[in-house]
Amino acid sequence: MKFYIPPQLPRLALAFAIFISLFLVARHFLVPDTFGEYGHYRGASLIDNAKPELHYAGQQACFKCHQDIEDKKAQDVHSDIHCETCHGPGLKHVVSSKAADILKPSGREFCGSCHIINAGKQKSTINQIDLNKHNVGKNCTECHNPHQPWEMKK
Amino acid sequence: MSQSTSTMGNEKIKSSRRKFLKTAVTLAGATIGYTWLKSSKVLLFAAEPKDESLPYYGIVIDIQKCIGCGNCAKACKKENDVPVEPFFFRTWVEQYTVKNDGKVNIVSPNGGIDGFTQTVPDEDIFKSFFVPKMCNHCSKSPCTQVCPVGATYESPEGVVLIDEKYCIGCRYCVQACPYGCRFIHPVKKVANKCTLCYHRLKKGLAPACMETCPTGARMYGNLRDKKSDLVKFLKEHTTQVLRPNLNTGAKLYYNALSSEVR
Repeated sequence: MKFYIPPQLPRLALAFAIFISLFLVARHFLVPDTFGEYGHYRGASLIDNAKPELHYAGQQACFKCHQDIEDKKAQDVHSDIHCETCHGPGLKHVVSSKAADILKPSGREFCGSCHIINAGKQKSTINQIDLNKHNVGKNCTECHNPHQPWEMKK
Repeated sequence: MSQSTSTMGNEKIKSSRRKFLKTAVTLAGATIGYTWLKSSKVLLFAAEPKDESLPYYGIVIDIQKCIGCGNCAKACKKENDVPVEPFFFRTWVEQYTVKNDGKVNIVSPNGGIDGFTQTVPDEDIFKSFFVPKMCNHCSKSPCTQVCPVGATYESPEGVVLIDEKYCIGCRYCVQACPYGCRFIHPVKKVANKCTLCYHRLKKGLAPACMETCPTGARMYGNLRDKKSDLVKFLKEHTTQVLRPNLNTGAKLYYNALSSEVR
């Protein structure tokens, strides 16, 4: 027995085939090359995200020249503080070696940004200073060496 | 004569149409075939095995060590060129002060960059502490799930990143993040967030906030390496993620987290 296929069905099937093909062709050109390489995203975007320029060099870069500071700092409480915590982003200075390219902060406000007294700080974590009482009018670095703050200058 | 010319014209049209159809079908077939052969992965995204050779990053923030100096937020802005205008932060610090009467005072002036001044008088304070906030780099993050174009994702290293070229700036992710860690970049007009300094991690450097933290309150490490300092810390301390009830799979663990923290 022969099935009767209405003449509009093959035509409809052809139309479907054309539309699906058109969709797949369009999709080929619209989906980015690396999409789906690792997941539902553009794989090349990982490379884009690794591109931005550095500003902070990391303290190992500092110690290549400033070995003496590393030795000083290593002796006590400021040993875990990396150079760029106080001196700011240092990559420019690492490249140029110019003193102008690095911060040399001083002053009561700057040291106070960590050492100011606040109930939120644990007493065991940091020595806290009441800036309104402790040697008012003097700069911290007049008495303390910032790399060895436990040693008083004479 | 005229009849034969018209038949010839029809023949011409028919043969050129046949030619056109043939070429079109061949080209379309070739494109589809090429797509198919190149990578069937494009069609089957789900459940890729994760690359075991790469680290899978986790973060620990020790609230007991944080002194609220704001160096992390400051360094983050400088390293990542985050807009300096207030209230665009990839990381910021909040101070919680629990008063004796049980009320909680939460402040974060300029994200903590300029430091904190305690406004609650000492005798009213029951306890006070600082909470640094940043992207939790969730493994089941709501922000990546709502992205309609696949412009944000968790990288194989476990870092939640944004594809700036692909982002359409629709802000779905900004409202989806339960930790408020995303914003729309005012110049680029696309979503922006903490990348755990992905560009630094790839070069073997620590993220800027961790590089500049004076007390070591922030740590990052490889969760896959069971001998890493981070895993050791997690084993030895009672840590908690923010909003565990939301099941976001956050990989930012807080040590000594108080129940007041939201």
